[in-house]
Amino acid sequence: MKNEMQVEFDAKSVNEGFARVTVAAFLTQLDPTLDEIADVKTAVSEAVTNAIIHGYEGGEGKVCVSCRLNGNQAVITVEDEGVGMEDVKKAMEPFYTTKPELERSGMGFAFMEAFMDEMQVESASGIGTKVIMTKKIGAKEEKDRDGCGDSAH
Amino acid sequence: MECKYQLNNGCMRISMPKEVDHHCAEQLRKEADLLIGAYHVRRLIFDFAGTEFMDSSGIGVLIGRCKNMGYSGGEVSAEHLSERIQKIFVVSGLHKMIRVESDAQEEPN
Ligand SMILES: Nc1ncnc2c1ncn2[C@@H]1O[C@H](COP(=O)(O)OP(=O)(O)O)[C@@H](O)[C@H]1O
Ligand SMILES: [Mg+2]
Repeated sequence: MKNEMQVEFDAKSVNEGFARVTVAAFLTQLDPTLDEIADVKTAVSEAVTNAIIHGYEGGEGKVCVSCRLNGNQAVITVEDEGVGMEDVKKAMEPFYTTKPELERSGMGFAFMEAFMDEMQVESASGIGTKVIMTKKIGAKEEKDRDGCGDSAH
Repeated sequence: MECKYQLNNGCMRISMPKEVDHHCAEQLRKEADLLIGAYHVRRLIFDFAGTEFMDSSGIGVLIGRCKNMGYSGGEVSAEHLSERIQKIFVVSGLHKMIRVESDAQEEPN
């Protein structure tokens, strides 16, 4: 089954909670485990927070979040038209942060990598940033099915 | 944001909010530092009993308070971590910086 949603909102910190809850609600149709929901919420929160504090540096702008379901796979994108990054590879190193004065831990990308199956970052200086994350949902169901073997129809 | 502070004899317990993210980080940091300074807190306890969500912005707040307390020779610990928060601690390596009081039931003798 294919299904897709998209939301756009102001780059305000109050919307961080809205964004992660919205994606989580959309995912419920795949019957996710609590762990899977928590993983996705954390990853979305990281990407959206980055768009707000790094992309727009606390100023005005729009953040666009989309979620596409393809079978039991969820593809989530978080996009901003902010300052972008010159060196994505460097930015993704654990503990690397350009805003230590804000007590950033530099662990945002590491969290996205840890909690999602795949992550990809496209960014260009002065143009913006797009984070694409994928995760297979419903591992629980698969296990249940395997456990059933070929029981009666 | 619902966040409560309990002071007792140089010890401060912070009841952490339900969701510890960037949105609440600033207020949490300001309030905690103000109280730590004003009451000469020597022992800081982060109580996660009411916390359901935390991301890396929360980690930043904890590490920041740890550093501040460390400079003044204070102690920091965390209590009542749910399985999820425990996972966040482990993935970030925070469990090596902050003493975590385990919730494990006492073994009967
Ligand atoms: N959307 C973005 N726009 C511009 N820069 C970004 C964006 N996301 C991340 N960065 C850069 O990558 C660095 C690392 O990000 P992250 O791992 O989330 O750590 P933190 O948010 O704690 O700084 C940031 O400090 C910032 O320089
Ligand atoms: Mg970040």
